[in-house]
Amino acid sequence: MSTRLATRFKACAAQGRAALVTFVTAGDPDYDTSLALLKALPGAGSDIIELGVPFTDPMADGPAIQAAGLRALHAGQTLAKTIAMVHAFRESDADTPIVLMGYYNPVYIYGVDRFLADAKAAGVDGLVVVDLPPEEDNELCLPALKAGLDFIRLATPTTDDRRLPKVLANTAGFVYYVSITGITGAATPDADVVGQAVARIKRHTSLPVAVGFGVRTPEQAAAIAAGADGVVVGSALVDALRASLDADSHATPATVPAVTELVGALAQAVRGAARVAAE
Amino acid sequence: MNVLNSFRTGPDENGHFGIFGGRFVAETLMPLILQLQEAYEDAKADPAYKAEMDAGLKHYVGRPSPLYFAERLTEHLGGAKIYFKREELNHTGSHKVNNVLGQILLARRMGKERIIAETGAGQHGVATATLCARYGLKCIVYMGALDVARQAPNVFRMKMLGAEVVQVESGAKTLKDAMNEALRDWVTNVHDTFYCIGTVAGPHPYPAMVRDFQSIIGQETREQMMEQEGRLPDSLIACIGGGSNAMGLFHPFLDDPDVKIWGVEAAGHGIPTGQHAASLTGGRPGVLHGNRTYLLMDDDGQIAEAHSISAGLDYPGIGPEHSWLHETGRATYISATDQEALEAFQLVSRLEGIIPALEPAHALAKVMELAPTLPKDHLMVVNLSGRGDKDIPQVAEILGTKI
Repeated sequence: MSTRLATRFKACAAQGRAALVTFVTAGDPDYDTSLALLKALPGAGSDIIELGVPFTDPMADGPAIQAAGLRALHAGQTLAKTIAMVHAFRESDADTPIVLMGYYNPVYIYGVDRFLADAKAAGVDGLVVVDLPPEEDNELCLPALKAGLDFIRLATPTTDDRRLPKVLANTAGFVYYVSITGITGAATPDADVVGQAVARIKRHTSLPVAVGFGVRTPEQAAAIAAGADGVVVGSALVDALRASLDADSHATPATVPAVTELVGALAQAVRGAARVAAE
Repeated sequence: MNVLNSFRTGPDENGHFGIFGGRFVAETLMPLILQLQEAYEDAKADPAYKAEMDAGLKHYVGRPSPLYFAERLTEHLGGAKIYFKREELNHTGSHKVNNVLGQILLARRMGKERIIAETGAGQHGVATATLCARYGLKCIVYMGALDVARQAPNVFRMKMLGAEVVQVESGAKTLKDAMNEALRDWVTNVHDTFYCIGTVAGPHPYPAMVRDFQSIIGQETREQMMEQEGRLPDSLIACIGGGSNAMGLFHPFLDDPDVKIWGVEAAGHGIPTGQHAASLTGGRPGVLHGNRTYLLMDDDGQIAEAHSISAGLDYPGIGPEHSWLHETGRATYISATDQEALEAFQLVSRLEGIIPALEPAHALAKVMELAPTLPKDHLMVVNLSGRGDKDIPQVAEILGTKI
């Protein structure tokens, strides 16, 4: 049985285009708004959803995503509620892949076996856990693969050809290429350099390669999409969400549309880029 | 004790002390961490590196530091014979310089010219800024905004030494947040930057490497005690934030089962208040800042904010080797409150003419409690890890004195 992630990447490839992967933080700015946003993302053009699991100390994330995580935590978000959110999403959407992205400690405290069972039952497709390199595969990666969840590994500009096989060994679903050395939402990646890096990774694996960190605008997304199987946009969506909040950081009627409008523009750009590439 | 039962052989090849330690970092950093590990192994085997270290420790740091018999404190407490290991006499005023010298010489070997560090009380920041000045390296120190305010003399000192001090406004604005920012800097500037970690925590090889550099404290203590008393001490006691001064004193004695070992965590306003920095006493195992260790956190695995009067102990974690020593029972971990530390700070200043830093004042507070219960021939060594100059404005304010 092919997984939701594999099916979706295949469908996008059949359309001759890259997948748009959108990141939002679970529970930002509150559970109900966040769930409404989650449900609206596929209609707006998101092919794959990365759902951020809030953590107090997100070392690889920039200020935008850190602030989003703290908003969610202040509103009472927990890992259990994040899993519940996926469950609620699945009631109306059986096809859009959802990948949880976060740090290891909340999962470790929840209990790895219990987490994997609950996440799988809720309809989670994959995991990105930033602070678990291949050297710590026994912690979560191997049990996740056994439980039928894809473990998506980050590859970075510092991952050289000697190290790549180790990084790719237990990777499933797709490879997440971090286009810059830096935190989320920082520098803008150079599309040509990224294209070369994606080509390099593809020499080592048949998995799709999605590119993220620093992609903010439809133009940038289109440029990256020309040379990758997926484009991940996170901080820009989180910024759009934040800009829609009131002075007390509460949701307003503009919150969900603020994000979905940007997703729509990104989706259009990614589809347009594919046409250019195909001509 | 045979080798198999040794407490001194850790960590294993993956950096684990039992279940603790490891390498929990983003992929961007992994190649660099592996490279650092290789460079450190290489340096350890190189006589030239050792010679450079030895010379630096002797002529620049001012080692060996004295092992001083605190006669009046001993008399006052009326029990164990108390010795101070005088790390506060080191250049820059604390034990931190021992480790920084080792790491800076390593950074030079690796060709790195940009050094970053995090600091709580500022002692590690000052030590790093000092050695960067000494060797002509660019130095950036991350420090929580709260700590910048309460450790003003050290901030000024770092700036005088040519370092850039970056004030961190996120989170609780203390050491934990400074470490997050330093890690972010490292992820961003991984190609030319060396991260000089100040304690026995972080991803492998840092906990072992920093311990090795600090073990000079315990090695000297062994020799000095043999020379002065003709035998090993009966007990060792040191304060613990991340735990580098304590690990430095403890490690050379771990396989001497008759030497009792006490680590003193910061109990802040008291453990039951939840306002403390005692990770072992009031926390549980988790994963943060590159290692698995005891951490202060809530039921959802979110990291809690620590509290201590002492900026150097105000951290919600502890070095992984301490977590392991705690679980194996080789060392006993206790805690002292802000108030107890303040009282010890004042008592030792008056009795011994030595103004201790607020960090070792926590260890001294427990000396006051333990020493009277012990026989007069009991030899107790307390690590006087830093001097109190930097704390004087803060203590004066607490005591209601305007200076």
